[in-house]
Amino acid sequence: MHGYEFYVDPSRCIGCQSCVNACAECGTHRGISLIHLDYFDPSQTTGSAPMVCMHCEEPTCGEVCPADAIKKGEDGVVRSALKPRCIACSNCVLACPFGVPKMQSSLELMMKCDMCYDRTSVGLRPMCATVCPSQALMYVHPDEAAKLRRDVPVNTFHFGNEVVKTKVFVYLPEGEDALDVDVQNDIWSPEE
Amino acid sequence: MARPPVPIEELIRNFGPTLKYMPPGGWVNSGSHANETLVKTHCCFCGQQCGIQLRVHENQVVGFEPWDEFPFNRGMLCPKGVKRYLQGSHPDRLLDPLVRTDSGFRKASWDEALSTTADRLSSIQQQHGKDAVAVLGGASLISEKSYLLGKFARLALGTRHIDYNGRLCMVSAGTAYKLAFGVDRNPNPWSDIPEAEVVLVAGSNIAACFPITTDYLWRMRDNGGKLIVVDPRRTPICRKADLYLPVKPGMDTALFSGILHVVLRDGLHDREFIDKYTTGFDAVEEYARHWDPARTAEATGVKPESIEKAAHWFGASRRAMALHARGVEHHSHGVENVSSIINLCLATGNIGRKGSGPNMITGQGNGQGGREHGQKCDQLPGQRHLEDPEARAYVGGVWGVPPESLPHVGYTALEIFEAIHRGEIKGLLSICFNPLVSLPDAGYIREALNKLEFFGIIDFFLSETAHHADVVLAGSLQEEEEGVVCSGEGRVIKINKAVEPPGNARGDSEIIVDLARRLGKGEYFPFSSTREIFDEMRVASKGGVADYYGITWERIEKELGLFWPVPSEDHPGTPRLFENLVFKHPDRKAHFVMAEVRPGGDPLDESYPLHFTTGRVVSQFLSGTQTRRIGPLVDQRPEPFAELHPDLAAKYGIESGDLVTVSTRRGSVTVPALVVKTIRPDTVFIPYHWPGKKSANVLTRRTLDPRSKIPEYKSSACRIEKAKLADGLKPNGELNVLEAR
Repeated sequence: MHGYEFYVDPSRCIGCQSCVNACAECGTHRGISLIHLDYFDPSQTTGSAPMVCMHCEEPTCGEVCPADAIKKGEDGVVRSALKPRCIACSNCVLACPFGVPKMQSSLELMMKCDMCYDRTSVGLRPMCATVCPSQALMYVHPDEAAKLRRDVPVNTFHFGNEVVKTKVFVYLPEGEDALDVDVQNDIWSPEE
Repeated sequence: MARPPVPIEELIRNFGPTLKYMPPGGWVNSGSHANETLVKTHCCFCGQQCGIQLRVHENQVVGFEPWDEFPFNRGMLCPKGVKRYLQGSHPDRLLDPLVRTDSGFRKASWDEALSTTADRLSSIQQQHGKDAVAVLGGASLISEKSYLLGKFARLALGTRHIDYNGRLCMVSAGTAYKLAFGVDRNPNPWSDIPEAEVVLVAGSNIAACFPITTDYLWRMRDNGGKLIVVDPRRTPICRKADLYLPVKPGMDTALFSGILHVVLRDGLHDREFIDKYTTGFDAVEEYARHWDPARTAEATGVKPESIEKAAHWFGASRRAMALHARGVEHHSHGVENVSSIINLCLATGNIGRKGSGPNMITGQGNGQGGREHGQKCDQLPGQRHLEDPEARAYVGGVWGVPPESLPHVGYTALEIFEAIHRGEIKGLLSICFNPLVSLPDAGYIREALNKLEFFGIIDFFLSETAHHADVVLAGSLQEEEEGVVCSGEGRVIKINKAVEPPGNARGDSEIIVDLARRLGKGEYFPFSSTREIFDEMRVASKGGVADYYGITWERIEKELGLFWPVPSEDHPGTPRLFENLVFKHPDRKAHFVMAEVRPGGDPLDESYPLHFTTGRVVSQFLSGTQTRRIGPLVDQRPEPFAELHPDLAAKYGIESGDLVTVSTRRGSVTVPALVVKTIRPDTVFIPYHWPGKKSANVLTRRTLDPRSKIPEYKSSACRIEKAKLADGLKPNGELNVLEAR
């Protein structure tokens, strides 16, 4: 859907698994659910968080693929590995900074979230973001997102010295413009 | 004697539950078909009634597509909604009527099954009187079927005893709203929730039971509103709650009296509203005076400062809503609990405006509509009272019978089983109800079923209750008949037919009409379609509180639902009640209803020192007749568990995954422990969707609320221990889950 973007707000998630079940209903991979849903620690908290493919501007999964099987489309969506090329080596599974790709060993194929490009290309929202009852997963126009939410959508992530920019946005509290968890970066040092 | 004909294991082997994972034809062949159609309808499960489109190919439901345009859920669905399509083309589906023999159930012709049912019911009535036969219905049925069933019981059978499973859902809430407002419907549409400044959620695990409402709550918070959650368990919506009040099970009235105390003490009430538009305030005020924060904290286990904060937030706002569900309603003082919430709203003038008012979160698909048109033991269509002479005259006129021929008020659902035990009721016809799993004290319910001289059941799967049937009439799924339901909001919506019943199965309404004819009362049941039933229902409801006269199927489809009352075809419907502050009592006022704290029916003592409470999980629905047959939903939560706080678990040397035996004065259940910090340390929770030895309702007590007759599911006294072999473990350590014959 032209101009629409994907937003993830883990703090809204209620762990219901609608997304997990709906993902398996997507036309390109019916029967196989590719979304991740993590329960942090059920003994301590009801907290949970969904994880879709972030669709990196420079996808690490594609860069490490020895078979050149992982392609990004013009829509910015990084696809599952191409069946004729994938050698099921799992390099991408290990390399992805977000832990997204899944190796389907029975198919000898890496599959991952493809943001339902079969749906978005015909004017439908991705399955997970459509059904999500808490709208922890949301697919809307950025203007609409700005109207709906007070938090700040960010798509820049620091992994050590690596900065990864993604197509998908994650909500952070107001005042944050990138997800950076390294305490070192908040410590005062005399050189500055 | 209506006992299962063969061991339960054999019935399960033949009739399931079998797990279905894939659409007809498997995944490979289930992609989009060229001649596939999309049928706009609603989910078959809870009272949220989410819009959904079913994908239909060659008379089979092969999948779903979200329905973005339907305003309530805008495409959103919970996992039950996503996988509900798998109930179609299910291997367990009953394709023929069944008749019980000594060696199990055998297929029968419709003629045999219906004649046997009619003959047996008639002969019991001839021998023991009309009231020796009872009818049980359900709140998942479309309103046309509910209406038809009420008419069937009163005209075709002539029995007083018809009731439905809404009696065990939220009837205490309905009773409290009638007492307060003179009408049993939510005052507000759900679109009001995001407009509220404060929303108090009491006794509702919204994330598990009404997931779509989560989005409404989060939007309310996005708009700057505050969320207060009252629950013995820190449920997932608490992760964004601004205030959490961990109330002791059964002490809701005390908590709301304490909150009202602070509101009144600090002058946050709306004196002008109270004086002008209400009655009964003085007694409620006087009672609340006794519930200062210290005493309330003592009784409820909620911190005094939290009580003060809740009162200040709620009391200071004129856009405050209170949402409540079974957690406060499933008590022998369920009406009081709800009344205490309504009193808080009335005292603060929170009613009749956008984002302002008390609202019940309806449980079953047609929980609202199923209690409007005569399926209740004391009710005639249009939410009329059966003993109201005017109502009898009007409905008698519509039906073409003298008013004095209409039976009087009969027993409620659980009372019907008590009457079966006493031998007073000997024949039963049931549809859309699985009391063996859903009623309290399951052992007692089983004994009652065993005592029946004749038990006929209409169902699409062989439920645990149906194991006891003499005749099983193979009925229809929700997607196999066309009609209306009324969602929790009060919005009347259209259920569209997607497929024909498979095999020799028949539409439920057709079965009931056929039975009426065989009972010699065909003249009152001239229906050949559910549309004809709807049209008669419109007239029967005309002038009643729940007036459907102006609703047509065409208008519903065009306007995406209509909120009753709709007295005429040019009436726009009534999304928000009481906007003019005129209430439905003869004095046109809202009534404060005295709500005093009373003990429950199953007090704690040294032998049973813990609170026991029940509830649901997100992947299962009610007694599980449908959802325990849908593979992905079963995998999500394959079996029940007992939630225990780590402090409690440590006392008994129990760790997560250990089998724990939970016992009450009725019986014992052994399930794995789930040790979580999110439950009060004095409370044990087990979800209730499972039958037999896993049934939480083996533990619950048959205490009824005196006014609404809702059973007390949410508060019993229990004890726990680490499981021993004798408690249902097989020697290899596995649970022995099957029922002995």
